[in-house]
Formats: sequence, structure tokens, C-alpha cells
Amino acid sequence: MTKIGLEIHCQLTNLKSKLFCSCKANYREFEINENICPICMGLPGSLPRLNQEAVKKATMIAMALNCTTPDKIAFFRKNYFYPDLPKNFQITQLNIYGKTSIGGTGSIIVGDKKIRITRIQLEEDPGRLIYEGSSSKNLITLVDYNRAGTPLVEIVTEPDFENPKQVRDFVNILSDLLENLEVSDPGLDGAMRSDANVSIEGGNKVEIKNIGSFHDLEKAVHFEITRQESLNSRDIQIIQETRHWDDKRKITVSSRSKEEDLDYRYFLEGDIPWIIIDPKTKENLKSNMPESISSKKERYVSKYNIPTQVATVLSSDKFYSDLFEESHTEVTAKEIANIITTDLMGLIDTREKRKESKITATHLKDLADSIQSGKISRNSAKNALYEIVKTGKNLSKVMSELDLGNVSDESELLGIIKAVIFEELKAVEEAKSNPQTINYLVGKVMQKTKGKADPKLTLDLLKKQLK
Amino acid sequence: MNLKISALEFVQQVQNGNISAEDFVAKTLERIQSIDDKLHAFLFVNEKAIDQARDIDKKIKSGSKVGACFGMPISIKDNMCIKDSKTTCASKMLENFVAPYDATVITKLKEQDAVFVGKVNLDEFAMGLTTEFSAFGSSKNPWNTEYVPGGSSGGSAVSVSAFECVASLGSDTGGSVRNPASFCSVVGYKPTYGLISRYGLISYSNSIEQIGPLTRTVKDTAFMLNIISGLDPNDNTTIDNKNEDYLSGIDSGIEGKKIGIIQEMVGEGTDPTVLSATKDAISKLENLGATCEDVSLDMVKYSVAAYYTIAATEAGSNLARYDNLRYGYDFSVEGYEFNSYIAKARRNFGPEVKRRMIIGGFVPSAGHAGKYFLKAIKVKSKLTREINEAFKKFDLLIAPTVPILPFKIGEKINDPVSLFLIDINTVTANLTGKPSISVPFTISNGLPIGIQLLADSMNDKLLLQAAYALEQTITLQEVPI
Repeated sequence: MTKIGLEIHCQLTNLKSKLFCSCKANYREFEINENICPICMGLPGSLPRLNQEAVKKATMIAMALNCTTPDKIAFFRKNYFYPDLPKNFQITQLNIYGKTSIGGTGSIIVGDKKIRITRIQLEEDPGRLIYEGSSSKNLITLVDYNRAGTPLVEIVTEPDFENPKQVRDFVNILSDLLENLEVSDPGLDGAMRSDANVSIEGGNKVEIKNIGSFHDLEKAVHFEITRQESLNSRDIQIIQETRHWDDKRKITVSSRSKEEDLDYRYFLEGDIPWIIIDPKTKENLKSNMPESISSKKERYVSKYNIPTQVATVLSSDKFYSDLFEESHTEVTAKEIANIITTDLMGLIDTREKRKESKITATHLKDLADSIQSGKISRNSAKNALYEIVKTGKNLSKVMSELDLGNVSDESELLGIIKAVIFEELKAVEEAKSNPQTINYLVGKVMQKTKGKADPKLTLDLLKKQLK
Repeated sequence: MNLKISALEFVQQVQNGNISAEDFVAKTLERIQSIDDKLHAFLFVNEKAIDQARDIDKKIKSGSKVGACFGMPISIKDNMCIKDSKTTCASKMLENFVAPYDATVITKLKEQDAVFVGKVNLDEFAMGLTTEFSAFGSSKNPWNTEYVPGGSSGGSAVSVSAFECVASLGSDTGGSVRNPASFCSVVGYKPTYGLISRYGLISYSNSIEQIGPLTRTVKDTAFMLNIISGLDPNDNTTIDNKNEDYLSGIDSGIEGKKIGIIQEMVGEGTDPTVLSATKDAISKLENLGATCEDVSLDMVKYSVAAYYTIAATEAGSNLARYDNLRYGYDFSVEGYEFNSYIAKARRNFGPEVKRRMIIGGFVPSAGHAGKYFLKAIKVKSKLTREINEAFKKFDLLIAPTVPILPFKIGEKINDPVSLFLIDINTVTANLTGKPSISVPFTISNGLPIGIQLLADSMNDKLLLQAAYALEQTITLQEVPI
């Protein structure tokens, strides 16, 4: 059986500051080496100053993944030399002297499979290496320390995955969960990085490091399984090794460095005293946690009678569920859920489009109200939505500019109806004996008005005319 | 003008208008100029000290608010950061490091209008107890310049003892304040762990070290402690002392106090002269109404081994950052593969630092940690339990600060183990986090002997009261320089 285990490094991108200093956690907006200070540069004499907010957020993640949370947490030093590591040690967590990592064992359900979490640890991100130069001879390594010290949560799973699809489902659920907790924006470049352990039946375990996105994670796992199976089919031994994901060539490459042989000389970080997380703090955190995705989904179904499939889609994406929460009333809930899932999601289906989109909750509310009161047809609402996303103009303005409003002027509509009756004499005759035929006539009116006739008024007027 | 006054006397005289800060600082700099060639306490002298003192005089004259130091000239061990000034740790590795920020103690002293006359010598990265391991040459004991001044805060002790400043800040990892204080006949203080912020102190063994003042009198130490102690958001290990005033009630006496004499620190290996001085101190304390009794701390016999194991482990990690990529000395990075670069860049560490870092790479390593590092941690916690037990019975503990008299420069430098063993009486306070003070007690054949007192954690005030009481029983010779 194929076994896959993951180590996922997730930046807490929504925090204000780094893990041990007041530099920005959102380092992406800075010029190179501008988001640094004596602490995150590890200057002589500087000391780490623990960001308590990071401890809270990481504890929330642990709770959301159903992990145990210890009463006391400790930090350790992982000692190794690397140019991206300003102190030449990383402040991290581990459980060698008791359970002192921020999250203990837990699990989440993925499809019909339970994925066990081994532990969750809070640690600092190193800086970023930039390689320049064309060949290995003139290769230059540059270091940008803006990222150094960014709060990172490492989520370690048991080798419970059996195929790349389960991996993909898991990371989808995980990124929705992290976004819903408001701790992280998984879509940011480099915010989610993973290592994966892959072994096929009868083969050795191979570790793949440095997978820079969730998108590549599935690919890397898939590639690695294929590689191992191909070796296996040719009776070539799969050696236990560390490989790197080459994100340009989309393959895994054997790492020559013996990272697994490094001795990190872990010991307690004396500059950060043990942190007590008492039951009251935990309770507070739990009660302040944003509503979980599954609870949202359940509420959408039971309270508003939204179909399960729609509720699932709507609840799992924080952007859309926030829009929904802000715009809906008991009466419009279903209408808005439909607008979002059938129309809006298609309109802004990429991160960029979503970012550029001008839509607000007010727009959605107005749209739903107007549909329900017959001011705009569903069809025209779609066109209005397209315009709103693009321009952010309010609905009434969009409707008048694009002439999307329903024809609800009685005399105007009556004129059109009379024309239809004149053209469809046969149908009119038939309608007298067969009431179903009236729908055909409504359809004709719609055709003439390009779908903008107020359906209710049209029907009423038609009935009157046919009497 | 008399430079041979205490910190409190200095404050009083400037306040009274008897002397000006500018004159005093100028005279102090003149003295440094004239005698420091012989002593080598200073690595750098602050050229702007006189201007700074003049500005403070102006503040005094204009009647505006003046800080408690009134322009007092203070020397700083060169392992604490002062903004825009070189901070070398007496190491070639940091030869060109200019600190871009102030240590918390420096900020606090600046706020109180202290004037820093200069940065003083130490054993490289505070590793040593003689200053002989300074990359810039040894300091000399002002009592006899052929002798070591103790260390690692040797420059601090020399500068206070020889009136090159009024007070100094040192750091104490295993006795580095108290040892040179004892050897140079000044007061040296190692507070409760966490009482003084370490932010800006260049770490050697961060879980056990503290900044501490070196002064001429116990009262001066209390005065300094009032300024530099307390909670600091920049150091998560600091403790809230609720703005304790260590000067108030310092003359409360020690009547009825119980003092334990640590048997493991007055036994074999203690110089007879030191031993008899200790006995003398004990009887003086008894005369003041204290009761003294023997107490045994069994783990003390393993304390030096545990200390060097822990200190080396932490040093190996703390000093790993000196790879010269971001600051340090002139050495170009280009053209090297990273690992060979690291090996080359670090060649500028001195022999003692290399020794300890090699030990520090070994004792906590996989396969050896159980035998060394984890054992040392066990000794540390057992020793802490023992001393906590002792403090249930005793208010204070007493021992000589150093078991031997100052020795000649060069005498022990080739015998690291015998140097290590000199720390036997001081490391206990560091391993257990307890406050400890060395009080100058007597001069034997021209060489100073200090007496060490210890108290329980956060009993720093009581400790200073006892030290003050002991200090009042003695009159000391003046330094012959």
C-alpha cells in the first residue's frame, strides 16, 4: 500500500508582526532587506520577544484540527548553519522532553478517510535565498531577510494518505480551514510550503522537500509515486533518501546533501520562558474561534433550506461565505446563495479577478431584493452582476445605464401584449380551452422584450386580455 | 579634585554644586590617560564624555529635571551594546561591529544622565576569569600589575578599583562579576536571574548569566540596581520587582539572621589565607547578631562540570551567528562555498572560545547528550533543589568568592582545567539563579580577598542589607596606584 505523510509549513500571514519582533509578518510589500531589525537579524545582544498573538492563533489551529493542546509550551533551538538563518539556529518546538509543542495529536476527516495529525509546532521562518548567475560557476547566492522570523505553523501528519487525490482533498480542506480561522491567506506566494514522505508497497521511505505550493504538492506526490512504481517494476531498489522538488521541471531530484545526518543539537531556548496556556485561556480561544466551515454549512441547510451541494460550496470559501453572511436576510438567503454559487463564482474564478472585483454585500442584497420584487429578471441580473463586478457601480445605476430594468409600465406592456395577441391568433384561440398555452404567450412577450417583461404583470395582463 | 569618592558621594557633591560633572569627567579621563597604559582596563574611551557631562551641568544649572546619575562617569564591559559605538566582546570576530541600538541597561542609565567614559576589557566573549583571553591583551590588577585582575569583567573591576570611573557594569555567567570584584577589592553583584534585562548583552550562556554592577560600596550597588533592574518587554526572562528601592533600609542590620556556611566551598583547595579571612568574616557577622552554621550542598562538587557543560552548549549555539555575513570584521564572502566559507570566517575566534565551542558542539550532540548535557541539566536542577532546601533554614549563605588569591599573569593560562576549577564557589549562584554578592574584605600581602554572600531568589534587598552590614565592619587600604 502506498503511504504518504505530510509536513506542512503554513505562514500566519494575517498576524501584524513577526514571531519574535515587531517587524511586519507581511514581508511581501517590502523592498529587499527593508523589513528587518536587530532581533530578526540576530544581531549580537538581541533577544527574542515572543508574539503572544501567534501563540493564540497557533493554538486555534490546533483546536480546529482537533489536536490536544498542552498546558505549557516550550521553545527549542535547532542548531545548523545556513545563510538564510541569521542566528544559525532556528527557534522551533518539539516534544523530546514531554509534550510541549503547541498542538498534540489530532485528526480531521477527509472524504471518508481520517487523517491523523502527529503534532503542530510554532516556529520562525528563515530568510529567503535568491540565486543569480547563469551557470554553476558564477552562481551567486543573495539573502533577503525580510521573511526571517515570520510566524510559521508546522503541521505534521501521520502517513495516512494513500493517493495524491487524498492529499489534494486534505490541503483543500486545510487551506479553507486556515482561511476561515482568519490566521492565514493560503493563496499568498510561499505561504504554504510542504515536505512529503512517500513510500509504495515494499519500498523505502523517500522524503521530498521544498514543495512551494499546495498545487505542486499533489504533482510532486504523483510524480514520486510514479517514479517509485517505475523503479519497482524494473526491480530496482528504491533507496531511502531526501529529494527536492524542482518546480521548473516539475520532477523530484535526489539531494546530495545528507540533511538527515545533521545533528541539530536541540536544547531548550532559555530566552523564552515556558508559556502557560491555562484552561480559561483555552476556553476563551475556543469561544472566540470563527464558526467552523461544517457548522456554517449545517446552518445554511437547516435554517435557509439551501441545497446541501450549494451550502458546501458556499461555506468552504471564506470570501463567499463572508459576502453571504453580510448580505442575506431570511427571505433572500436562498436567492443570494444562488447568485453567488451559480453566477458570481464563475465571474471571479481566479485570485486576481477576485482581488480586482468591486462587488460588495450591498450589491448582492440589492440584486436579490430586485429579483424578488420583480424589478429585474434573473437573466438581466446576471448581466448586472457582470457590470457590478467590473465597475462597482450601484445596481440602480447599472440597471438604468444598461437598460436592464423590467418592463413594468402597464401601458407599454399592454401594447406589446396586444401585438403578440395579434400575431398569435391560433394560440390565443387555443388558450381559451387549454390554460397551459398561456405560458407560450408569456414566452412570446418575453422574446419581444428580451426577457425584461415583468413576468407577474405580463401574466395578469394577458389573462385580462384573453377573457 | 578628589576622584576617590563613591557614586552616592558623587551625586551629592554635584547636587550641592561642590563639583561639576564636566570637571569630574575631565579629571577621570585624564586619569585614564595617565594610568591605563599600565592597567589596560579600557578598550575604547568615549571622546564625547566631556561634552555630555557639560550638557548635564547645563541642565543642572538651568534647574531642569536631571537624572539620578548627575553625569556620573561609568564604564561598560564591552559585551553590552551602546548605540553607534563599537562593541567587540574583546574578539577579533566583532572587531568592526558597531551596535545599532542600546542595551536596556544603557537606555536606563542614559535616562538617568550617566556618562559612559568607555568600554572596558574582558575575556573574549566573557569566557575566562583573568582577561588573559581578551583578543586585545590582558588587563592588570591595580593592586599589583603583575597579577591578573580576575575576569571576565576584569576591565570593569580594574576601572572601578583604580578610580578610572565611579561605577561599572559587568556580566556574570559563572562568577565573571564577583571574581574580578574579589581580585580587585570592589563590590561585585550578580542579581537574581531575571532582575536585570539582558537585552543588548551579548549572550554567552543566556540561561544563567546576568548583568551586574561593580562599585566601590554596597550602597552604590543598591543605587545602580535601583536604576537598571526591573521588567523589560525586550527580555522575556525579566521579572517584575515592583520598582523595589534597594537603598531604603539598607542599614537594617542582620540581627537574628541565620547564615549557612557552604561546606563544599571552604574545604580542600581553599587557600589558608582565604579560609582565615572567611572565618574572620563569619565571626564579624556573628558579632552583629547573626547565627552562622555549616550547611552542605552536595551537588556543588559537580557544579563546575555542569556549569562548563551547559555554558559550552549554549555558547556553541549563541556564538554560531558570528559567520561574518552580516557584520564582523573585514572578510569577503565572495567565491566560497558556504561550508568552507563558514570554516574560514570563524577562524578569528580566540583559543578559549574555540575550546568552549568545540565542547559545546560535542556535549549536547546526539549520542553524547545523555552522558553530558542532560546530566549537567540534572545537576543544575538537583543543586537548585538543595539550595532551595537550604534557604528554608537559612536567610543567607556565605563562602569565599574565590578559593584562592589573585595569581600572576601567565601563571595558569596553559592549564585550562585548573582555571575552570577556580569557579567552584561562584557557579552555584548562576546555576540556581540566586543573587550573590562579593564584598571586599581584606588585603593579604597586597592582594585582595572578597567574601561572597548568597540569598534566595528575589531576596536581593536582604542580600544587600547583609553585605552592607559586613562592609561596615571593615576598613580597607587604598589601592596603590
